[in-house]
Amino acid sequence: MTRRLWPRGLRARLVVAFVLVTVLGAAAAAWSSAGSASTALVASAQRRLTETIAGQIRAITPQLAYPPDQGTLDRLRAAVGPNTLVTYRNLRSADGAGTGLVTDALRTAVRARNRLVTQRITANGRPWLLVGAPIMITASDGGRTPSGIEVYAVRDLSGVERQVDGLARSAAGTAALALPLAMLLALLAAGSVLRPVRELRDTARRLAAGDLDARSPPQGADELAELTVTINEMAASVQASMAVMRRMQADARRFAADVSHELRTPLSTLTAVVEVLATVTDEMEPDARESAQLAITETHRLVRLVEDLMEVSRFDAGTVRLRVEETDVARAVRDCLRTRGWLDRVDLVAPEEILLRVDRRRLDVIVANLVGNALRHGEPPVRVHVSASREQVRIEVTDGGPGLPERVLPHVFDRFYKADAARTRTPGSGLGLAIALENARLHGGDLTAGNADGGGARFVLELPRDLEDR
Amino acid sequence: MPAILLIEDDPLVRRGLQLALSRHGHDVRTADTGEDGLAELRSSMPDLVVLDLMLPGIDGFEVCRRIRAAGEIPVIILTARGDDFDVVGGLEAGADDYVVKPARPTVLDARIRAVLRRSTGASDGVRVHRDLRIDTTALTVSLHGRPVTLTPTELRLLLTLSAAPGRVFTRQRLLEEVWEHDYLGDSRLVDNCVQRLRAKIEADPATPAYVQTVRGFGYRFGPV
Repeated sequence: MTRRLWPRGLRARLVVAFVLVTVLGAAAAAWSSAGSASTALVASAQRRLTETIAGQIRAITPQLAYPPDQGTLDRLRAAVGPNTLVTYRNLRSADGAGTGLVTDALRTAVRARNRLVTQRITANGRPWLLVGAPIMITASDGGRTPSGIEVYAVRDLSGVERQVDGLARSAAGTAALALPLAMLLALLAAGSVLRPVRELRDTARRLAAGDLDARSPPQGADELAELTVTINEMAASVQASMAVMRRMQADARRFAADVSHELRTPLSTLTAVVEVLATVTDEMEPDARESAQLAITETHRLVRLVEDLMEVSRFDAGTVRLRVEETDVARAVRDCLRTRGWLDRVDLVAPEEILLRVDRRRLDVIVANLVGNALRHGEPPVRVHVSASREQVRIEVTDGGPGLPERVLPHVFDRFYKADAARTRTPGSGLGLAIALENARLHGGDLTAGNADGGGARFVLELPRDLEDR
Repeated sequence: MPAILLIEDDPLVRRGLQLALSRHGHDVRTADTGEDGLAELRSSMPDLVVLDLMLPGIDGFEVCRRIRAAGEIPVIILTARGDDFDVVGGLEAGADDYVVKPARPTVLDARIRAVLRRSTGASDGVRVHRDLRIDTTALTVSLHGRPVTLTPTELRLLLTLSAAPGRVFTRQRLLEEVWEHDYLGDSRLVDNCVQRLRAKIEADPATPAYVQTVRGFGYRFGPV
């Protein structure tokens, strides 16, 4: 993984950008002002030195004898000052080490132009100003001719250089002073941008967590305020849709509950009278007897269906309450099988006693459903294995059939799911496993479906041992 | 032939249950409201009342309370499955047992017979425990020499417990012996009945001397 040079956070990015712009701007301004100041400094120093030398030469020239001898040249050199070279044909008068710096180019220029010439050079790591001037003879008619005497002065410019360096340093100092100020301003600006952004983030988080009342108050009239208004509108529309959906869902559930409730009254009558009918079927004609038996069977099926529907409605409405009692699970499972006459068709493996706080009726519903399914849809041998660990009690129901197809497995707990379209007329209501799963979860446990290693469906009910009273 | 009073507001359900219970050998009278039922109760003195809780006018709970206040006639209520409010309310109003709707006549008949059997005793003579005198032949109970009126269920519970003083009965066992329920019997029936019995025979029902709670197991009689 490569490290990012560009920071991720908006605040850090804003600060970095702000500081970069400020420092670059301050540096550019300081650079350019220091540059022009140093140019002016150098120029004025050069002019001052040149004028001084020219003035000294002008002052001494009238006193010079012509043609000059060595003494004349020495006087002239002394008048101009140290680091000066004076030449006339083969004569020369020099003073100071600097005179060796006088270049041939300067001499040529002085001779060619017959006037004062300057040159700036750098030698021995220091800046120097070279001034070359010819001495002119003024004739009585005012004409001027070169005398052949040439004065070369070498002047040190280090002082000026130091001044220029000082200027640059103070410019850098000014730029450095701007840095913390820029940082402060950047943080303030970042804060003013980030506060609404952070508020929006918090609002979005609350919305995502399901608090559909969450809103951010828009502040000002900038783009962030527009974004805030848009998000508030979005939240309001989501809230409205959710309210409509909830109402529709509640209506649907209430309808299911009401329908089952209404069905129960005629079913009460039917349940009562089909028993009367059942006692007299033996005296009926074969057709009538079969019809009566069908009516009896279907009435009982309808009763179960309506009871299961009402149970599902109660789960949906959240009105289901657990009634837990200290129960011997092993015995409860055995009782469940015994009362339904299943003991001789089922291999039950269970320890002597497993005490657990459960709702006995609901446990009975789960076990009866799982074993009933195994007996109806699976093949023998149907096994029920009850076991307990420290954390949970486990009831495993397996059969010796072909098992559940892969495509069916994800749907076995769906309401009214039929694994086989041709086998729609099963004695169950189609709600049994859905109710069993709800009952398992109500206990804080779980119910899972799968296939055993040797084929055959396997349902596993797991109930925690530490169920508190609910 | 046991005389049953069926109080049920829906005419078809009422007729259906009447037909079915009659075939089980009961003399069934009917009433369609609580008010009619209470009037019928006074005039015909049935052996047992089957009471639907969902009634127009005065509701089933109130009817049950008034029946209990009027005498010791056993009451079986018809409740919706899973509706704990019905069950708890009905038992607190003094019902002896309940059957979930839609009621199968065979189940209802079995419960009716179980309740009525409670009026027959063990007939092993008179048991006297401190101030309590239980005549198992005449099926009368008296406390400090004054007769105590118990419903058949309360009496059967007291007879069952007092037959073996000091022995602990689980709720399950009591449900099987007194109510003749299967293993899924509702233990709230026992707890409710114990409370009513204590209210009648204990000096201080909060610290019972006769019917004692054995926490986590059930109940026992004494030791007195």
